[in-house]
Amino acid sequence: MSTAVEETFGGAGRRSLALPFSGIWRNGLFAAGTWSLAAVLTYGLPDVITWGATELFAAVTLAGAGIFLVLSVTVHRLGGVGRTLVHYGPWFIVLGLWLAAWEVLTAKLGWLPKPFFSPPQGLLHVYVTDWERLLICIAYTGRLWGLGFFSGILVGFAGGVALGWSKRFAYWGMPLLKLIGPVPASAWIPCTFFIFPSTFHASVFLVALASGIPVAILTAAGVSQVNRSFYDVARTLGADNRFLVLKVAIPASLPNVFVGLFMGLYYSFAVLVVAEMLGAKFGLGWYLQFNTAYSAYANVYAALIVMALICAGLVRLLFLVRDELLGWQKGIL
Amino acid sequence: MALALAEAPAASIALDVEGVSHRYELDGKELKVLDNVSLTIAPGEFVALLGPSGCGKSTLLRLAAGLETPTTGRVLEDGRPVTAPNPDRILVFQDATLFPWRTVRGNIATGLEARGLIREREYRIDEVLELVKLEGFADFYPHQLSGGMAQRAALARALVNDPKLLLLDEPFGKLDSLTRLRMQNELLDLWKSAGFTALLVTHDVEEALLLADRVIVLSDRPAAIVAEVRVDRPHPRRRDDASLIALRRSLLETLGIAHDV
Ligand SMILES: Nc1ncnc2c1ncn2[C@@H]1O[C@H](COP(=O)(O)OP(=O)(O)OP(=O)(O)O)[C@@H](O)[C@H]1O
Ligand SMILES: [Mg+2]
Repeated sequence: MSTAVEETFGGAGRRSLALPFSGIWRNGLFAAGTWSLAAVLTYGLPDVITWGATELFAAVTLAGAGIFLVLSVTVHRLGGVGRTLVHYGPWFIVLGLWLAAWEVLTAKLGWLPKPFFSPPQGLLHVYVTDWERLLICIAYTGRLWGLGFFSGILVGFAGGVALGWSKRFAYWGMPLLKLIGPVPASAWIPCTFFIFPSTFHASVFLVALASGIPVAILTAAGVSQVNRSFYDVARTLGADNRFLVLKVAIPASLPNVFVGLFMGLYYSFAVLVVAEMLGAKFGLGWYLQFNTAYSAYANVYAALIVMALICAGLVRLLFLVRDELLGWQKGIL
Repeated sequence: MALALAEAPAASIALDVEGVSHRYELDGKELKVLDNVSLTIAPGEFVALLGPSGCGKSTLLRLAAGLETPTTGRVLEDGRPVTAPNPDRILVFQDATLFPWRTVRGNIATGLEARGLIREREYRIDEVLELVKLEGFADFYPHQLSGGMAQRAALARALVNDPKLLLLDEPFGKLDSLTRLRMQNELLDLWKSAGFTALLVTHDVEEALLLADRVIVLSDRPAAIVAEVRVDRPHPRRRDDASLIALRRSLLETLGIAHDV
């Protein structure tokens, strides 16, 4: 038994794919088992606290179990997707266990009480009852984040290049940047109210600031650390300053720029809640505050999960962009 | 501009180093590197520089390339002071210093791109790639090359610009002896056909004697010229040529190395 468990959790998923005669994905079967367990416990045990969507959650987990059951024999025919699924096999097993335990501890036993904790069925209940409002909030937040993030990184990147390139710029700019950098976003609220024509502009500014500052700092550091010999080589080859900036300094510092972009992405999400405090009518940050105020923590958790998923998706996207632009780093790092 | 067009562009330039001394400033302390070096190189001449490590050979090349201005003295190209780098005078650095984010082809294209000539002269890239035997490696990134291949790519990056003065800082230092011989011959052929002026820094006395019209020996830092040897043998030269062997012996002596080497 213990070796079986070890095999399961030690990434045996990959090995089972390698076995030529076993057409069965064992971890898929295990996952189907744990997900059925979650379904049975949800449906079978009475709710101590009512959260709603009990039957629906049981049905969803059961459907999940069914899917894993089917996958356990067909996953080998799915190519790349199949390999990814097999790779995450142990995760699916644990996810089923986690859902089951979470259900039991909250809705079924009440050890983790309402309203501070919500069972998965509670979250599901939020999604099925409040999905319209959530979608609107995602759209509003998307607009705010998109405008803020992209304007922020654009200005941050341009400023960073200037700071890293020009001594005079650095003389005046670096101290300012170091002063502004650590100021928490909420401290800006009073003056943004005064400066910007609308609260929406103020919110965009806060997101832009949060994403732009790390990009500026890291770009500046990257540009100023470029190996001088690269400039010497380019200069003897006839490069003017424009060429040196665009074709030497920027590509050489791009790895740094991406570190800044990743930091900026995380900061921009962290600042959304604050940015949407400024009289926003919709938005995920607003949704979080609104529901926190009413102690509707299930809604809060539901929205947090949505935010985390969106953020993770964007990080993944940024990784793809980085791999595209920094392909030359492969084999160096 | 009209004047420049009227004159046929010279394929080579004269380099004059007039009483150049150079010092580096290091935390307030002065490091004297070159001491009153004077040197006249005729257009199309091939001159080799020999000298102990750290004496200031690379520094002299940087001055000739216009990357640095001498503390005292002047560096002149065709009688005009050298004030800034110019693609007519290209320096091949001691380290290949390829741009890691560009492929071999991209590295070689750098000079043409910088001067806006990439469209007209793109075909030259394939020519120089062939010259340095890197045809199959055009799309490789520098970290995928061996040290010697990187050096050859750096040489190609210079040659594609058809320089009038080629400054070479131990360009064959990392090559195996066979590739080295082949590259020396390629360089020689190229020098003969293109007619540029060449100033080659090397540690290898034999290499200097096989290639150069004139070999100049520098002293230890601060470098001053201690010997100057004219090599009046026609190309192709043989390394067992009696007069070259005699020259080699006397050069090694000047460099302070015993007779029996
Ligand atoms: N940028 C610099 N700042 C300060 N000192 C320098 C600098 N560049 C070179 N030097 C010093 O100048 C001296 C000559 O250096 P240089 O690179 O010209 O030597 P070299 O003759 O090319 O030596 P090698 O044969 O080892 O390449 C060395 O002592 C070195 O420390
Ligand atoms: Mg040197």
